[in-house]
Amino acid sequence: MSTRLANNGRLIDRRKPINFLFNSKKMIGYEGDSLAASLLANDQILVGRSFKYHRPRGIVASGAEEPNALINLGEGGSFEPNARATTTETFDGMVAVSQNHFPSLEFDVGAINSKLSQFLPAGFYYKMFIHPRSFWKHIYEPFIRKSAGLGKAPKDRDLDKYEHYYHHCEVLVVGGGIAGIQAAKSAAASGVRVMLVEQTAHWGGRAVVDGVVIDNIAAEEWIKGALSELSVMDNVVIRNRTQGSGVYDHGYALGYERISDHTPGDSRPRHRLWRIRCKQIIVATGAIERPLSFAGNDIPGVMLAAAVRDYVVNYGVSPGDRTVIVTNNDDAYRTAIVLKDAGLDIPLIIDARPKGGGILMDQAIAAGIRVETGRGIAKVKGGKRVTGVSICSQAGEGAELEEISCDVVAMSGGWSPVVHLWSHCGGKLFWDSSKAMFCPDPKHPPLGVDGEGMVRVVGVANGHLGSAAVLIDANEQGSVAAVAAGGKTKKLKAAHCNNSVEFPMLPVWLMPQGANYGLRSKSWLDFQNDVKVIDVQLAAQEGFESVEHTKRYTTLGMATDQGKLSNINGLAVLSKSLNMDIPDVGTTTFRPPYTPISMASLAGEARAEFFQPIRKTPMHDWHESNGADWEPVAGWRRVYAYVQPGETTKQSVNREVLNTRKNLGFLDASTLGKIIVKGPDAGKFLDMMYTNMMSNLKVGRCRYGLMCSENGFLSDDGVVARIDDGTWLCHTTSGGADRIHAHMEEWLQTEWWNWKVWTINLTEQLAQIAIVGPNSRKVIEKLGGMDVSPEALPFMAWADGNIGGISCRAYRISFSGELSYEIALPANQGLQFWEMLIDAGAEFGAMPYGTECLHVMRAEKGFIMIGDETDGTVIPQDLGLSWAVSKKKDDFLGKRAQQRSFMDNDNRWQLVGLETLDGSVLEDGAYAIASGKNANGQTNTQGRITSTYYSPTLKKGIAMGLVHNGPSRVGEVISFTKIGTSPVEAKIVSPIFFDPEGEKQNVG
Amino acid sequence: MLMLNCPYCGMNKDETELSAGGEAHIKRFGPGSSDQDFEEYLFGRANPKGLHFERWRCSSGCGKWFHAARCTLTLEVFGTYEAQTLEPPQSIKDLITVKRPGWSWRAFS
Repeated sequence: MSTRLANNGRLIDRRKPINFLFNSKKMIGYEGDSLAASLLANDQILVGRSFKYHRPRGIVASGAEEPNALINLGEGGSFEPNARATTTETFDGMVAVSQNHFPSLEFDVGAINSKLSQFLPAGFYYKMFIHPRSFWKHIYEPFIRKSAGLGKAPKDRDLDKYEHYYHHCEVLVVGGGIAGIQAAKSAAASGVRVMLVEQTAHWGGRAVVDGVVIDNIAAEEWIKGALSELSVMDNVVIRNRTQGSGVYDHGYALGYERISDHTPGDSRPRHRLWRIRCKQIIVATGAIERPLSFAGNDIPGVMLAAAVRDYVVNYGVSPGDRTVIVTNNDDAYRTAIVLKDAGLDIPLIIDARPKGGGILMDQAIAAGIRVETGRGIAKVKGGKRVTGVSICSQAGEGAELEEISCDVVAMSGGWSPVVHLWSHCGGKLFWDSSKAMFCPDPKHPPLGVDGEGMVRVVGVANGHLGSAAVLIDANEQGSVAAVAAGGKTKKLKAAHCNNSVEFPMLPVWLMPQGANYGLRSKSWLDFQNDVKVIDVQLAAQEGFESVEHTKRYTTLGMATDQGKLSNINGLAVLSKSLNMDIPDVGTTTFRPPYTPISMASLAGEARAEFFQPIRKTPMHDWHESNGADWEPVAGWRRVYAYVQPGETTKQSVNREVLNTRKNLGFLDASTLGKIIVKGPDAGKFLDMMYTNMMSNLKVGRCRYGLMCSENGFLSDDGVVARIDDGTWLCHTTSGGADRIHAHMEEWLQTEWWNWKVWTINLTEQLAQIAIVGPNSRKVIEKLGGMDVSPEALPFMAWADGNIGGISCRAYRISFSGELSYEIALPANQGLQFWEMLIDAGAEFGAMPYGTECLHVMRAEKGFIMIGDETDGTVIPQDLGLSWAVSKKKDDFLGKRAQQRSFMDNDNRWQLVGLETLDGSVLEDGAYAIASGKNANGQTNTQGRITSTYYSPTLKKGIAMGLVHNGPSRVGEVISFTKIGTSPVEAKIVSPIFFDPEGEKQNVG
Repeated sequence: MLMLNCPYCGMNKDETELSAGGEAHIKRFGPGSSDQDFEEYLFGRANPKGLHFERWRCSSGCGKWFHAARCTLTLEVFGTYEAQTLEPPQSIKDLITVKRPGWSWRAFS
């Protein structure tokens, strides 16, 4: 059984026990435990089920590479699936639940898949679920969806806080082992800003576990000293529990800090995303131990040899009483020695190398441990727990020589440098055949903004397996990186370390070498996704020769661990099947992040009201307290309608339309874009921007203008006012203000940069209120001030003055067909003026109205709306606006485009009005049906609806639409689609439904 | 994420603070131009693997348009310069010659 030892446990505090729940079972751990350590201490070796076959799964590793121990953590708004038990710190009150089983972890009906495994080979889903086609939607897909995914998706809103930090430094060092610390010391000595991050809570990496001696003191002491030196330096930032998650272009890197995962509820943010910009990145990420591929290597109790050592040394936890060690290298002997020292039983060390190892092997033998060389494991015995192993000759086919009982198998297939961060941004790898590992190729580094290498890999990650070489490499490269990042050359002496020379490892990609089919079909490569040696061999046989194809066909390396354990063994099996060398097969792509990071950390504070600031007009709060039904427009909130008690929104809109047409309405038009264009060449410039002439507009007058893109399509519209000789004010649509201002600047800066023109976007500086309806002049005259009589202020004129004592500018323009004034005034007086109007207007039947009323009234008049009648494929000529396209001007944006044969042509969909025969309202976007079918068998169309409303004025549905050759077909009845029912007939009419003579806007 | 130096405000800006504006040094063809010239002006864009000249706007900064000479393959930036020019400054062309001997791009070399 696995249990807590009386000795060891450098990271735990035995005076501080911790209570937690696993699958509702009360368990006890110690402060400093990882959840995996706590579970092992409670003899919980079975922690989950695999994805495809629902095989029992136990803890394999002790760090970020763990494929099996994935846990649902927490409850409600703190729930998180797929947490790795090995990187989760246990805390008091923790609630953990295992995943991917039904009804229970111990008894899982899905495990039947394991019995059926011979019928579920690689690519099974692709082959099985393709025929018959009709089964996909209702039978296959729902079934696959049900069985997809390991953890459960959270149901509640996340209760925790998350934040982003922006950080700038010259050198970022990722990895807090001895290599990272030495590199950081070396870089910091040159005076540049250094950030050092370590993904776990603890510094020192493997060196502290393995008892390395540095500068004649224990590694642990050396690290303490080095960290205290670094922590007092002003140019150094140090963070543990912070993973260097990704490396991106031009020295951009992401750090993922888990601030309070282990102290929930202490009001600190849970995660912090560090968005780092640096010049040089030093990757000191160490290596990950490889599993060995032998039959039954997935049975709980089979673990990585170094992980077994970690649990004993760091947490005082023994994974089992009797451990068989199987290895192809010297390092695993360290595990044997540690276990023996802890008083545990090592019945056998199986070394696949014919002659075994070096000094470490001698030490193990001296300690009385039996070592068998040239041997391998034929098969692991057991079901939910290892009970023993049978051994065989590594060179043979698996004939069993001997059976040995044990409850843990500690395996080591050698080490793979963690090259992920090097590779994220384009660093290339080379295959070091003497070490049988992919190492960073210093000739092909990721390149920075200057075209020089911006990432350096040091230590074990750079292929150095001995501590002495690690420290020398880290010291040297730390200094080189600092200089490359602009620091002074200042060389430190590397810390000194003596390490014994180890015997070379022997690559073992299959155990035994000639394993028969039966053994290979039980030899796992990917524990989480259930990919076995035979699956990769089958993929190769079926022609999936590219490693990327094999990955997708077999799902090798596609699990949450992204193949940290499985990829290299899978590659080796594939290359052997293809008769190719490993480097010729290559690796799959390493993509950030290094491990999954929380979605919430990516969002940071950008949630709810902080997601995007809401733009508010000066009268926003008044609207809010007067029944506003809001709609979002370009970041603003505009009032859709003012809903009175007892009304539906629809009734409010109808009331607002009828009242404005009969009495008086006020509209908050402050969101309207207002751009000042000024300068000696402003007239010339506006003649290029607008399709019609603006340079000849008289001071004091207004003109409606259209803007097109250079491709000829309508882009925006609005009323332009000539303010003085050199100044124009251009109104844009509410949604277009920023875009049109940028559009003007683009042409001024990049095409006509010698023209003397200035533009400024005044949209937010001004409040604007439309006073609309037959009584509009009366309410202004009641407030008193400027002369707004027809003589002083005729239609399409403007004047400066004051109304009710407030300085303002009055435009006599109309988007409703009614007598109408738009009053612009400084934003800070907008609310005061609005309230004055509401009070003064009461006797004239005044009511505020919203955007939907505005829309209905403009549609009754046949006025187009950018974004309704236009969609980026519509030109002014399509909308009957040829009158606003100058024939006199030599040039304007869009003129050349509109001369192209398909635009200079009446054979287009053009604007008309539409009235249903039964008075009903057509559907927005409905298509006009034409005869026949197109090449795809779809019904032909001859037009579509662009605006459609119920007109309370006319008491019937009205619509505008684009119809093929529409204006020449007035009176014709055509059919429009209606979802779920038969088509609706509508008559083509003029788009001006109301007051076609335009008399109302001129009422005296 | 790229970082470019705005030649107007002098700030190093993250890609997310800038707006990309496509190929630089495009000559405008207006009324009176042939269909072929107009089509090339409106739609013809180089998509090189390597040296490229691009337009960028310091949209979350000073608002100015500028040009960048960079390598689309390695992301190396050879320089940024003001947009009010018909061709890249000689200093940037010289630097590119050092880094990419024998280069040519459209009419420049």
